[in-house]
Amino acid sequence: MSAAEEKAFVTRVSGPVVTVQGMAKAGMYEVVHVGELGLVGEVVRQSGDLATVQVYEDTSMLKPGAPVTRTGEPLSLWLGPGLIGNIYDGVQRPLPALQAVSGTWLPRGAKAGALDTARRWEFEPLLHPGQAVAPGQAVGLVRETPLVTHKIMVPPGVSGTVRSAAPAGAYNITEALAVVDAPSGPVELKMLQRWPVRVPRPARERRRVTELLVTGQRIIDTFFPLAKGGCACIPGGFGTGKTITQHQLAKWSDAGIIIFIGCGERGNEMTEVLREFPELKDPRTGRPLMERTILIANTSNMPVAAREVSIYTGIAMAEYYRDMGFDVAVFADSTSRWAEALREMAARLEEMPAEEGFPASLPSRLAQFYERGGAVTTLGGEAGSVSIVGAVSPPGGDFSEPVTQHTRRFTRVFWSLDTELANARHYPSINWLRSYSDYLDDVAESWERAAPGWRELRDEAMLVLQREEHYRQVARLVGPDALPDSQRLYLFIGAIMRDGFLAQSAFDAADSYYPPEKQVALLRAIMALYRGGRELIKAGAALAAVAALPCAAEMMRAKTVYAGAGELAGFESRVRGELAALARAGEKEASV
Amino acid sequence: MTGADRGLEYLGASRIEGPIVVVDRVRDAGYDELVEIKDAAGRVRLGRVLDVSREQAVVQVLEGTDGLSGATLRARFLGESLRLPVSKDMLGRIFDGLGRPADGGPPPLSGDRRDVNGAPINPVARRYPREFIQTGISAIDGMNALVRGQKLPVFSGNGLPHDRVCAQLVRQAKLPGGSEEFCIVFAAMGVKRDVAEYFRRDFEASGALGRTAMFLSLADAPGVERLLTPRAALTLAEHLAFDLGRHVLVVMTDMTNYCESLREVGTARGEIPGRKGYPGYLYSDLASLYERAGRVEGSAGSITQVPILTMPSDDISHPVPDLTGYITEGQIVLDRELFQRGVYPPIAGLPSLSRLMKDGVGEGYTRADHPALASQLFACYAYVKRVRALADIIGEEELGGGDRLYLEFGEAFERRFLTQGEREDRPIEATLDLGWEMLGMLPRGELHRVSDELLKKHYKEKK
Repeated sequence: MSAAEEKAFVTRVSGPVVTVQGMAKAGMYEVVHVGELGLVGEVVRQSGDLATVQVYEDTSMLKPGAPVTRTGEPLSLWLGPGLIGNIYDGVQRPLPALQAVSGTWLPRGAKAGALDTARRWEFEPLLHPGQAVAPGQAVGLVRETPLVTHKIMVPPGVSGTVRSAAPAGAYNITEALAVVDAPSGPVELKMLQRWPVRVPRPARERRRVTELLVTGQRIIDTFFPLAKGGCACIPGGFGTGKTITQHQLAKWSDAGIIIFIGCGERGNEMTEVLREFPELKDPRTGRPLMERTILIANTSNMPVAAREVSIYTGIAMAEYYRDMGFDVAVFADSTSRWAEALREMAARLEEMPAEEGFPASLPSRLAQFYERGGAVTTLGGEAGSVSIVGAVSPPGGDFSEPVTQHTRRFTRVFWSLDTELANARHYPSINWLRSYSDYLDDVAESWERAAPGWRELRDEAMLVLQREEHYRQVARLVGPDALPDSQRLYLFIGAIMRDGFLAQSAFDAADSYYPPEKQVALLRAIMALYRGGRELIKAGAALAAVAALPCAAEMMRAKTVYAGAGELAGFESRVRGELAALARAGEKEASV
Repeated sequence: MTGADRGLEYLGASRIEGPIVVVDRVRDAGYDELVEIKDAAGRVRLGRVLDVSREQAVVQVLEGTDGLSGATLRARFLGESLRLPVSKDMLGRIFDGLGRPADGGPPPLSGDRRDVNGAPINPVARRYPREFIQTGISAIDGMNALVRGQKLPVFSGNGLPHDRVCAQLVRQAKLPGGSEEFCIVFAAMGVKRDVAEYFRRDFEASGALGRTAMFLSLADAPGVERLLTPRAALTLAEHLAFDLGRHVLVVMTDMTNYCESLREVGTARGEIPGRKGYPGYLYSDLASLYERAGRVEGSAGSITQVPILTMPSDDISHPVPDLTGYITEGQIVLDRELFQRGVYPPIAGLPSLSRLMKDGVGEGYTRADHPALASQLFACYAYVKRVRALADIIGEEELGGGDRLYLEFGEAFERRFLTQGEREDRPIEATLDLGWEMLGMLPRGELHRVSDELLKKHYKEKK
């Protein structure tokens, strides 16, 4: 590399933005090491001999004249076994390893390999000499955790004939597992792959999304479902429960791999995830959730430039596991902090600001990010997907701000968090009238497979909720007692829906995860009361009589009282029975 | 902090604007380096480097630029960023906004000088906060409990009694049954002298002054100095908590003044302003303060932060409270309407929130019924607000009987549960029992958020 011949040094320091001279041959997004401490930075602008570098660490006491070393390559991830269960900062430095080296505080210039190169993994080979290989093909398998079988793949861009292949055994990530004769010469295949973080990994083709991502959250699965490979936006002012909702999704989603990106958020929240996930069990496999989770923590007080990269770090890892055929779910909390990092960097680069000081490239950056989600056929020919759930923190809770608005354009699910619901401690505080999912039809088949009758019930319940809101508005003006029973029924059922179905406790073991068949069974019981009540009132019964039924009093707590779909079905037939008895009593009275 | 023996001295500045001085042809200055600026009369003030190139250094003068002349000033670069000597002897002392003694006493003896900017805590090294702090204030303990290592700001407005509430909180804060006392680090930014004096007297009266360190950058001090005041205070707090294992309560008032200073500097530098003229990095800057709370592995101590901020025109969506709310773990909101109706402490029921409460209360921490009780009280009080809105339109007489019960409940909740004396220290059991007494005003069928078991044990319907 000619980089060494050129002598590069700092000429100007302004916070994380550093101007460097002697960079005529540097490439855009090339990684450089700045100053005596070797602070990691990335070239973000080049003009003649000068380059502008954004530094991922605090630049305190960095001086003009300090030496700069080029690496000749863009910011790249280490991909291979050992990612799962780990926790990284925005530029893939492993935080537990840094703690072991330097203790409580994150010092500047600290370095640690992203993956443990000494650890040996049991490798089961799948290639034999003479075989023709193409990108994405499996070289062999490594049991990364009890939940994740890691497929070692031929990297993109490598194809040819296998010259030699290693036998089964224990290898570290840098040992050669096979040698491939490629047109350009022999290539060693190892467990470790490098991949530039800002470049999407290739796939054979994109597929239509069809599978429901089961989250176990009633309002989400039943009313506003997300598909595997879909993208969702979850905006909410502070205190509306964005983070708890994200945590719930990360805990219970039926994705094979979960990647949680804490982007510019609270340190204690990451600690909470770290503390909880190893203890929580996946409802489907009974294994600790950490065995399928990667955490990326670039908290709000960590360097802002690294925050900008953190979401790419997360999404590139997601694509890597997708390429093995996994369904991966990425949770980014919060994309607003990422956008603010963009804004801060743009301001330091003295770019012309567009809306609210954000750079004009904000929409295209958001689009590029969400476009990396999707369901694909991988290069290896398997089905894999990346689903993205991005939290948005609009200033002042005002959804008309640029990040929320542009995110809406590129996501098809909108879970709108509501301050009023949150103030009443109704969680998840997703507003059912302002939220939407554009995947209802896409996932219908997969939903009905889990629980037949979902769509019809869902649409009917939605109608009830809309009417409830309408009559609530009226009741606000004239008082509920002024409404006829046929209208007050909607207020009555609406209240049951709110407390008995839509509100779901993240902290109650019986309520935290609610499988689809139970969701439908519960909704069916509520709708039975609604339909029966409606008919009775039409026939002249009083709402008070319906409300006084024992089953109506029980309805609000039915969600946690009955353990399974079967018990809920039993409850539903009791509801029908009590309604029928009431109807008979009414008829008798009428005939007297 | 004398630098006479260090660095080169430069004569003159090419530009002075607001708190900014530009010194030309500087050699070997670093970003964030500390600078001593001497005026013609020989008065020395401190500054720090915001931007440095081989042509010039942009220096932010921390103690104001009044009287400085571009032709005569002398700048000396001190070769390090701002550092604060820390030691436990700083408790019981008063310092200025930059951490220099302001009580006439000698500088603290310490060889340990810390960078006031601190370093981020590795998230892996944090311990999750979960020890309940009893403040003796029902609205906080019962509904928005504070735990050790939390950052819980008070959102207030001008004229509201945030100082009194905060002083009461500091006075009464303890672990239930615990004898260990908190150290207090107090940072005043741009508040008036009588506010600082109020706190000092209160600490003195309660015997806390000996374990209190005060950093005062009062309203008459130059605005830029305030940017360093909370950092100096937190640097001491970190030393006390994580080196010496003490439990530290940090009170910072008023964060709105701090943010205004930040805006002032940003504007003087010609930065692109964000919302309401505040710089785009306000969030990151505030986070660099608030995130210095918590507990860490390998240390018994903790830093609990109670920042106070006044919301301009009581607007909670103003950038300062808004961004603060996104970083802190909840907020205690003071409500003007409650205050005007004579409710003390006027802590708003619904918008107040403690995010860490869920893990610090209940079985083994306070009492098993605490979480469900709080949730039920919130739900009922939220309904009260709706009934009140309805009553305003159709009149109280037109309300149904059930709704009228809620009005009574609301009144009692505010007058008896929220209200308490400034010297009244209510133990957590008393707060919880009072909460159940309030729920007793409502029929059992209305209480959906508490289990039958808890109802059986605690609920007594009042006829």
